[in-house]
Amino acid sequence: MTAALFIAQRLSAAVLAFAVTVHLATILYAVRTGLTAEEVLGRTRENVWFLAFYLLFVLAIAIHAPIGLRNIAREWTNWRGRSLDVALAIVAVVLLLLGVRAALAVYLPIAMYLR
Amino acid sequence: MSESKLLHVEVWRGAAEGKFQSFDVPRREHQTVLDVVTQIQREQDATLSYRFACRVGMCGSCAMVVNGRPRWTCRTRVSTAVKADGRLRLEPLKNFTVVKDLAVEMTDFFDKNRDAKGYFEPHKSWQDLSQRQFEIVPPASPQRQAADAGIECIGCGVCHSACDVVAWNEDYLGPAALNRAWTLVNDVRDGGQEARLGAISGSAGCHACHTHMNCTQFCPKGIAPTYSIAGLKRAMVSRALGRSAR
Ligand code: SF4
Ligand code: SF4
Ligand code: FES
Repeated sequence: MTAALFIAQRLSAAVLAFAVTVHLATILYAVRTGLTAEEVLGRTRENVWFLAFYLLFVLAIAIHAPIGLRNIAREWTNWRGRSLDVALAIVAVVLLLLGVRAALAVYLPIAMYLR
Repeated sequence: MSESKLLHVEVWRGAAEGKFQSFDVPRREHQTVLDVVTQIQREQDATLSYRFACRVGMCGSCAMVVNGRPRWTCRTRVSTAVKADGRLRLEPLKNFTVVKDLAVEMTDFFDKNRDAKGYFEPHKSWQDLSQRQFEIVPPASPQRQAADAGIECIGCGVCHSACDVVAWNEDYLGPAALNRAWTLVNDVRDGGQEARLGAISGSAGCHACHTHMNCTQFCPKGIAPTYSIAGLKRAMVSRALGRSAR
């Protein structure tokens, strides 16, 4: 189990190194070239590459962050065992849901997001 | 250097609770920190407790915290350890239970070698006498070289005292035991790898290391437990992946 978590932590870190870079570069580009929200959404809506990228990003976060928090909790507190693992599994699910929701929000062609 | 000069030394007295006691010790050229402690114990206060044996850096029994840094005191000159103000402060090793003054309880530390399966386990075939043969380990082979890099550990506990992860998690196997396990992972004659890799893959195992390098910085034998632990992490990953592929 420990080895599996360790491997998941390292693999997700590798994905994050790539994804965070792309994410930041995209933000800088959008801000510096003064794209409006509408222009941004024009590029993200129904763009499967965009969706795939952000789903991967979100998945890596949902794996990486709880494992890191688990390590910190185990080093800095006496919290161990099943209750800790369950709590962090919940953190993982919440991160995943919030992230998927955000990615879908800019991908799905729903007019309400354009208001 | 004149012998009339005095060195001001503060020495921990007591166990977990205690206080520093001050002594003035005649300063001598090439004097080691262990010489200073011995002078105090022989000439000034016979109740001072400390531990040493070989005085030449082989036995690993004389380690203490010297001006905040863990060191082997028999091979640490006063001149390299004193601060600019010429003071010397001696404490027992960190991350160990203090028995009295400068002597610490080493049992848990040595038990971790056992827990990390840091001992030689012959192949099953060796139990059959007729199967026994001389096993050749070429000195230039990568595994022999990897084992060589960590084999000279004298069990002094300096790395254990320097490691923050040991301080945070008393179950952590620690740099010395993990380094020992790594030398055995590289021993081609050993038949106990499955149990060893299992032992170092647990929640107190190699993955807990933060790669701080404190152990590597302070090891008086120039061993790099950090790299040994990195090797164990690779071995742990290979084993886990090999398992899921099977
Ligand atoms: S490298 Fe690892 S074992 Fe060495 S001091 Fe740092 S955390 Fe401890
Ligand atoms: S690895 Fe170095 S510091 Fe640690 S116990 Fe062995 S000799 Fe001492
Ligand atoms: S007394 Fe033996 S190593 Fe220092």
